[in-house]
Amino acid sequence: MLSIDEKQNDIIEDFSIFDDWVGKYEYLIDFGKSLPMIDEKYKLDENLIKGCQSKVWLNTEMKEDIVIYSADSDAVITKGLVGLMVHVLSNQTPEAIVNSDLYFIDKIGLKDHLSPNRSNGLLSMIKQMKMYALGYTVKN
Amino acid sequence: MLVIKEDRTATMEFDIEIIRKDFPILSQKVNGQPLVYLDNAASSQKPLAVIDAISDYYKTTHSNVHRGVHYLSQRATTAYEDTREKVRALINAKLDHEIIFTRGTTESINLLASSLGKHQIQKGDEIVISEMEHHSNIVPWQLLCEETGAILKVIPVNDQGEITEESYHNVINEKTKIVAICHVSNTLGTINSIASIIEYAHQFGALTVIDGAQALPHMTVDVQQLNCDFYCFSGHKMFGPTGIGILYGKEALLDALPPYHGGGNMIENVTFEKTTYNKLPHKFEAGTPNIAGGIGLGAAIDYIMKIGYEEIGKYEDELAKYGHEQLSAIKNLRFIGDATEKSAVFSFVIEGIHPSDLGTILDQQGIAVRTGHHCTQPLMDKFGISGTVRASFAFYNTIDEVDRLVNGINKAVAMLS
Repeated sequence: MLSIDEKQNDIIEDFSIFDDWVGKYEYLIDFGKSLPMIDEKYKLDENLIKGCQSKVWLNTEMKEDIVIYSADSDAVITKGLVGLMVHVLSNQTPEAIVNSDLYFIDKIGLKDHLSPNRSNGLLSMIKQMKMYALGYTVKN
Repeated sequence: MLVIKEDRTATMEFDIEIIRKDFPILSQKVNGQPLVYLDNAASSQKPLAVIDAISDYYKTTHSNVHRGVHYLSQRATTAYEDTREKVRALINAKLDHEIIFTRGTTESINLLASSLGKHQIQKGDEIVISEMEHHSNIVPWQLLCEETGAILKVIPVNDQGEITEESYHNVINEKTKIVAICHVSNTLGTINSIASIIEYAHQFGALTVIDGAQALPHMTVDVQQLNCDFYCFSGHKMFGPTGIGILYGKEALLDALPPYHGGGNMIENVTFEKTTYNKLPHKFEAGTPNIAGGIGLGAAIDYIMKIGYEEIGKYEDELAKYGHEQLSAIKNLRFIGDATEKSAVFSFVIEGIHPSDLGTILDQQGIAVRTGHHCTQPLMDKFGISGTVRASFAFYNTIDEVDRLVNGINKAVAMLS
């Protein structure tokens, strides 16, 4: 399994071929569309990320010391963004997730999506993902 | 600065190119494209006249107002109080002291809910609002209902986003103590027939509170003609600064209300046993006010009056007509709110596309719109949607910007479909 940073570097490389916003957003949109939907049974209010204009559901499971995330959104760009986060952080140990530095968002030119007033709630999503991971480290 | 061309009949010519030069923020590029600012219903941009008035005030005049004997304090007081007179003239209130400075529409409504509630609302009384109200004209009344046991009643809107005569006749009755309603809807753009609603409410002895935040940027308001009891609006939506707003109230009604905040300036005499309150308007203006904001608002009013509401109205009607035509041609676009009497605000959804996705792609093209529920969640529930895309125009927007919006939407739809 690739490490968090290896996955981030792969994404940065994927995005490096785009020289304008259209390519980047088309990638995000296609990525969002290609992601499997979260299982309907996980689309619970308690799994909704607060602070999003679009709905974002995040489900977390622990399997053999690694954290498995799955997420979904009713907005496709948001789904692409959360899909990237899930791709980077899922299948990692709780410690690696808690200590991760998510530099790839800045590097691929989507840092604006991390501003606190941003309606897609990506920042809340990252906090929530790390909170879950932190919870698992405490449980262990 | 705004150049006013005068013809022989002394009417003013509306020159959009000259007007746009008065708003420096509009000439910038966003994401590499010339900015198209269509979020005016959230907050409007400021002309140089307003920016300069604030800057000049701090450079030459700043001092605390009202009690200073020295030169600067008197100058600051005069400049600040001049705005009160400008506001009075703008909305044709009878008296200067019927104009209360607040932080904005939200504070004006909260002041009323708090002060009216203390004396005039009892258990079982009814407070009437409409389904299209902004949260700021819902929540303060809900809080008052929770405190007093009064009941909140809601006038429904029809599918076009209008309040019909029948609908408010069904809700307003002898139990109604307050009718609080918007003049123009921030989400739908609907211009309500508030004069008729006010008249009907008065037949039952109810007090009327009008949220005029979305009206003043676009149209003449005459509080005496409307005969409303209270009228609230914000500076920042009418080309003035943030943090300054107005509560207008009829003198006798304001006189009868208890103060909202306590502190300096609002008192006549203070002892530890008893405090007596200052006269209107100061009774409601505790503490050092937003002096620069008040002066900036005065400059915004001067600016609006120089152009004239008639010219603004004519120009915005053209924008609205063209915008409606062009947006209507977009496949699968559904307007949310299509009232006969409407300001230049377009709320819409496009089938199969989330408003936040559309807003994001428009932003990449330098086009600023608002997406979401626009602080009107109950209205979204009525239309069975979670949000809309809202493009709201001001008099500095152009026909070309309507085209940019339409092209931007078409590009977004192509990318997102």
